[in-house]
Amino acid sequence: MQTSFTAEQLRDPDTAVSNTVLRTCVHCGFCTATCPTFVLLGDELDSPRGRIYLIKDMLEAGRPATEDVVRHIDRCLSCLSCMTTCPSGVNYMHLVDHARAYIERTYRRPPAERFLRRVLGVVLPRPRLLRALLSAARPARPLAGLIPGDSMLAQRLRAMLRLAPATVPAASPTERPGVHRAQGTRKARVALLAGCAQQVVDPAINEATIRLLTRLGVEVVVPQGAGCCGGLNHHMGQHDPAMALARANIDAWSREAAGEGLDAVIINASGCGTTVKDYGFLFRSEPDAWREKAEKVAALALDITEFLTRFGYAPARPAPDLTVAYHAACSLQHGQQITGEPKALLKRAGFRVVEPKEPHLCCGSAGTYNLLQPTISHRLRARKLENLKATQPDLVAAGNIGCITQLAGDSLPVVHTVELLDWMAGGPRPAGIPG
Amino acid sequence: MIRQPPPKPDVMARRDSIVAGLRALLPESGVIAEPIRLKPYETDGLSAYRQPPLAVVLPETTEQVAAILRFCHENGVRIVPRGAGTSLSGGALPMQDAVVVGMMRMNQILDINFGDRTAVVQAGVTNIGITNAVAGAGFFYAPDPSSQLACMIGGNVNMNSGGAHCLKYGVTTNNLLGLKIVTIDGEVIDIGGDHLDAAGYDWLGLLTGSEGQLAVITEVTVRILRSPEGARAMLVGFRSNEIAGACVDAIISSGIIPVALEFMDRPAIHACEAFAHAGYPLDAEAMLIIEVEGCVEEQDRLLGQITEICNKFDPISLKVSQSAEESLAIWKGRKGAFGAVGRISPDYLCMDGTIPTSRLPDVLRRIQEMSDSYGLKVANIFHAGDGNLHPLIMFDANDPASFHAAETFGADILKLCVEVGGCLTGEHGVGVEKRDLMPVQFQAHELDQQRRIKSAFDPDWLLNPSKVFPLTEPEAAAQAA
Repeated sequence: MQTSFTAEQLRDPDTAVSNTVLRTCVHCGFCTATCPTFVLLGDELDSPRGRIYLIKDMLEAGRPATEDVVRHIDRCLSCLSCMTTCPSGVNYMHLVDHARAYIERTYRRPPAERFLRRVLGVVLPRPRLLRALLSAARPARPLAGLIPGDSMLAQRLRAMLRLAPATVPAASPTERPGVHRAQGTRKARVALLAGCAQQVVDPAINEATIRLLTRLGVEVVVPQGAGCCGGLNHHMGQHDPAMALARANIDAWSREAAGEGLDAVIINASGCGTTVKDYGFLFRSEPDAWREKAEKVAALALDITEFLTRFGYAPARPAPDLTVAYHAACSLQHGQQITGEPKALLKRAGFRVVEPKEPHLCCGSAGTYNLLQPTISHRLRARKLENLKATQPDLVAAGNIGCITQLAGDSLPVVHTVELLDWMAGGPRPAGIPG
Repeated sequence: MIRQPPPKPDVMARRDSIVAGLRALLPESGVIAEPIRLKPYETDGLSAYRQPPLAVVLPETTEQVAAILRFCHENGVRIVPRGAGTSLSGGALPMQDAVVVGMMRMNQILDINFGDRTAVVQAGVTNIGITNAVAGAGFFYAPDPSSQLACMIGGNVNMNSGGAHCLKYGVTTNNLLGLKIVTIDGEVIDIGGDHLDAAGYDWLGLLTGSEGQLAVITEVTVRILRSPEGARAMLVGFRSNEIAGACVDAIISSGIIPVALEFMDRPAIHACEAFAHAGYPLDAEAMLIIEVEGCVEEQDRLLGQITEICNKFDPISLKVSQSAEESLAIWKGRKGAFGAVGRISPDYLCMDGTIPTSRLPDVLRRIQEMSDSYGLKVANIFHAGDGNLHPLIMFDANDPASFHAAETFGADILKLCVEVGGCLTGEHGVGVEKRDLMPVQFQAHELDQQRRIKSAFDPDWLLNPSKVFPLTEPEAAAQAA
């Protein structure tokens, strides 16, 4: 597609990247069809091609972001379904990330919105703070239905209270930095991204991951200093906090790699995996030493299902009589293009695996999206649950904590894929699973 | 930039009141009139031509469409209907004083009747959406444009779209049974129904391919077909475009009708393989995708006969797909071919002419000669069995000279198609892209006859008026002035 940036504009490295992305797009429109918001709202402006055009126009004009552009960019889930569909290889992720940072720099949101985004950006990456706040919010959960009105504020408050867990699990010992020794001979050594919100809301996922890996002969280290991947801040356009978090991880993992060595950095929340695998790009304008470290770390990053597929997995228990509906998290299927591995592992573990209709459509979780865009998020959740239930499964498995939280609370138990794999390999039965 | 009829001064002067009138007819989110938000609607799949409209409306019901048309008719406002905006001929290119009527919100499947093999769908249902809705019961909707994932049935009817499998099943017009249309004065009319043929004149035939110039289509009744028992594709690589073209001619003239017979040349093979990883022969100059269907015995027999013919043309590779996944990858590459060319060139013009298949070798050679003399690369990807060419002329839109050369080169290709006994359009419609070439195909009085048909439906020329026909002398003069 034609662009009209001046030579001066193209000297800005971010604009130069966006120009390359825009020049790859041939405006064919394939992406519109698989975009969840276009399917729901039926407006080109709420489709990838429309957003690409809005971003192109805004950047070319060099004008500050305006409300009518921000509205449509904010509605983007960053599910990246468009990137799976695009025949031209347009890197929409890098374009929309640039737009989000540009909006954050040039647009002043209404005060309540600004406050909410700042609070989310500060609280979510910090497990102890999040746990304290969730515990405090717990008694208020029943009040969700009492909040009146259809204002965005009311909807967001209701969404937040509904997403707060009924019980806040106690901090798991796996949260603390340390080394979990391999059982028997050590065959590999990996770092686990212990993450942020996941270990507060559902510590069983990390526990299952560590149990399963150590049982297979893998030493698992949770290095001092590593934490949130930075993705939540990054997707809200909060560049500096995102970089600080990424830097801490890169430092911690590089130290481990240089010390006792690392075969992989294991990630069991696919939203984080997409971010960590892109660290090399995130640090493209940093000094060489940092960029190289970031690239090395990104190359080590593997989703837990990728690692298990390569390393080998076998169940120890007899096959259970259970049908699992596999929910493909967008960050896995689109962000990392991992589609076959989780299903193959679940089958190997002995489950019957079924897939819902419209597997490419997002469930509406999308990081902080379910808090910031509750109306669209709610419609996508309902649509996803309907498609999942139509497969008549006993339970749902997903590879991302965001989806698990989003889809929980209906009639179907929702667990992480790794919890089922660990169970069949000799671990405990995941909470809430029948049979 | 493409020439358009001059905007009507009185409409431009009443812009605000027209927008206010439209807002009274639709929910708030159904009217777009802010300049920044209009910009993404300024173009379609032919992004070289651009013009933001006066407003965009997004109706949800036939009644709303009727109200919009009645209002625009009373106020002398031009209308540009739009489906998914995937037109490669600029069929949905707006005009400065026009209201774009976007049909994307009318995306409901209204009725499926397996007994009578019909489906009634709203105009904004995607082409693949119809097949997806009936596939579970073993049925499909046959015409399959490469953009079938995104393009909408209303647009398919207006452009009489084709697709890879139309060699066997015919194009849109051969698979239609009925339409609900809204005329320019807001009247709702049902044409045809859930039965073959209709009494009286063939209005369905007239409206199919009318490029949004006669009425706005809101509902479509299509024929659905029982899916074949199975299908298998084979990939055959050749040493040159001409040899592959001659092989196509040999297959067709032998009397075999494969369900699809597709051609790709070297640049296309490489771009698509990078996207689809389908095992395309990267060392070939040209490749045919040949698909047959039916029961296993029928497939084997046809594949055997076709292999025998191909072997006479010294193929450098010949591979039959061994699994459903392999076939899926082969078609993923072909269906995504135009977009995939975005990997090797920032911009392209996609031509769409049709020729007798016996002229393929000759025409392919002459396109290559033109490519050399214009200094612009071409990727050839097309429905060879139908003789429906899609040369993609690669250029750089950021270089105006390169764009101008591409336009002239494209016109030369289409003139060549007419010269060898073919036609300007295969399946993309005339749109604005081929508008000014219509006199190459038709004499003046033939064009006038067609204009009179439009005038009978739309006396004030409000419906998509800048397309299909070359601008009239006064329009062109006013634009030049």
